[in-house]
Amino acid sequence: MNPIQTVDYIRILPELVLTAFGIIIMMADPLLKPGASRKGLGLVALGGTIAAIAATFCQIAWSARDANFATPGWFGMVRVDSFAIFFHLLIPAISAVCILASLEYLDAQNIRSGEYYALILFGTVGMVLMSSAVELVLIFIALEISSISTYILAGYRRRNAGSAESAIKYFLLGSFATAFFLYGVALMFGATGSTSILKIGPALGSNPGLLAIAATALMIVGLGFKVAAAPFHIWTPDVYEGAPAPIVALMSTGPKAAAFAVLLRVLFATTSSDWLPLIWICAALSMTLGNFGALMQNNVKRMLAYSSIAHAGYLLVAFAASNEIGRSAAIFYTASYAAMNVGAFAVVSHFGAGGERYVSVDDYSGLGRRSPLLAFTFTIFMLSLIGIPATAGFLAKYYVFNAALSANAHPTALVWLTIIGLVNSAVASYYYLRLIVVMYMREPVIVEAPAPASGAMKLALVLAAIATIYLGVMPGRVLTYSDAGARDLLPTAAAAGSATPGSSTFPGPVATTPEK
Amino acid sequence: MVHQVLFIVFGLICVAGAINLLVQRHPISSALSLVVVMASLALIYLLLGAEFVAAIQVIVYAGAIMVLFVFVIMLLNAGAEERTRGSRMALIVGVPGVIILAGTVGWMLVSGSGRLGGVNLVGPSSFGETHAIARLLFKEFLLPFEITSVLILIAIMGAVVLGKREN
Repeated sequence: MNPIQTVDYIRILPELVLTAFGIIIMMADPLLKPGASRKGLGLVALGGTIAAIAATFCQIAWSARDANFATPGWFGMVRVDSFAIFFHLLIPAISAVCILASLEYLDAQNIRSGEYYALILFGTVGMVLMSSAVELVLIFIALEISSISTYILAGYRRRNAGSAESAIKYFLLGSFATAFFLYGVALMFGATGSTSILKIGPALGSNPGLLAIAATALMIVGLGFKVAAAPFHIWTPDVYEGAPAPIVALMSTGPKAAAFAVLLRVLFATTSSDWLPLIWICAALSMTLGNFGALMQNNVKRMLAYSSIAHAGYLLVAFAASNEIGRSAAIFYTASYAAMNVGAFAVVSHFGAGGERYVSVDDYSGLGRRSPLLAFTFTIFMLSLIGIPATAGFLAKYYVFNAALSANAHPTALVWLTIIGLVNSAVASYYYLRLIVVMYMREPVIVEAPAPASGAMKLALVLAAIATIYLGVMPGRVLTYSDAGARDLLPTAAAAGSATPGSSTFPGPVATTPEK
Repeated sequence: MVHQVLFIVFGLICVAGAINLLVQRHPISSALSLVVVMASLALIYLLLGAEFVAAIQVIVYAGAIMVLFVFVIMLLNAGAEERTRGSRMALIVGVPGVIILAGTVGWMLVSGSGRLGGVNLVGPSSFGETHAIARLLFKEFLLPFEITSVLILIAIMGAVVLGKREN
């Protein structure tokens, strides 16, 4: 009998679809005229991401029929449980919105390269695979796919020295961080004799030795770099400043969501929580350094980079809670942060115009009068990043802090972490509000009229804004999914695997994904 | 016993080669130190019983990749690197930092050697043979093996994209 069955191919269907579309784009690019616009290829890439979402729905349908779908496939390599399916929907949706924003951006910057879209799709393959992989070797390869494609994409503004600096810096520091992760994987193999997450947990039990603790710490360093958590955040502002704005939208949300997914899987594989002090320090440092760094920035991209560090800190608070509510809050936070941050960077990308000239806070003055709709959507994203009620950012923060306060283990430490988080949220509102004040209450300094947004850009902004409001007003459906995902992460459920069919299937029929 | 002595010898050679790589000023000398690192790593693999990996290490790293390195250095006609003064910050904070870190890790390993909690990795007698590796690679690790092709593809694409002349 063939050991690889049809169901195994269904388990990696989104990855297969994305790879196929990536290869089509790669092959089609040389057939086009060298100087011509690559908009057509962008639309093909958009089709690829939508097809990947459709493939995920195919997985959902399959999992409803086949109770064994959530057991690990490919000889224990991938596990498509509802946790993985959540990210299989989220990550292609992020890529789709980023591609929509790129369609206009590449023309405005006069970049004529089809490989750009192919790299986004291949990067998405890596990110999607990271969320479903349960074998550290496979996670490492998927992490490298997602990282290398973003290193290259960061250097795409060829006429700008800052972009080359961004790519080189990201590449060198990123490779360094990957080596840390790999060292952690090697030590974990030494500690347990296995690199499978599902086997590591039972092998370690509740009292792991020094080797396993060192391994976990090294993996936290590696993944901490990828999610831009302090003290591994130094690269973030420079890289975000130099990279093309739609790519920043992608790399501040997609790879980050995927890396958080890996972190969730790895950290909660065992019942022990020796990593708690590390995560506590990372969370407190990220929130504080991120927000205080952002206060001093005059460049919007740098400001949002520091804000991205701070948000990684809020997310780590949910990890520190280390209960089921915390895991669910972390999953929900990745989706909310993706919705508002992709939107914010889409506005930055449109307003930056040719050569990304207009990226300082002063350039935004009077935007409320010059293009009211653009300013309005940007205000929605800023309010959500602050955490104003009726936006995604508010509920995401609320669930995170709620989880931290309801934790049974180490309540005092977590109360302090929550206090640090709340003080930081107050500090953060200053620099977000400053941007809104500048947009609505200052005279414009730029005389040039802003270019009208293209249809694709409008669609991207509307989708991101709808997702932000939707998650803030009607979070129920997405919360159900993140709860189901959090349940699937539990080591008992993971160890039992096929013993508890049904618990791993995606709940209920799904009508819409958060971002489509 | 012999194994342990040999491991320490080759380990020391490996570390010495790595330090020499950083200290040398001429790129060719650095590249040749890298050969020492690769070769001693191959010998360590051999000591661990991984004959296939040791052979691959010599053929691919010490052979193919090193030739590529040397070619690139010669094509670029790279001369000896110019020394910069180095940052004072690195000296004041970095050196004590490294010493403290190395000391802490060393102390932890020595004092906690009983609590390391490793497993005894005695595999089947076929461990490290080409046949056993092939079984692993094309059965249990088939998916990672295939996915690696995507990784290589984007690496090539990146080289083409970033190396292409802007017109």
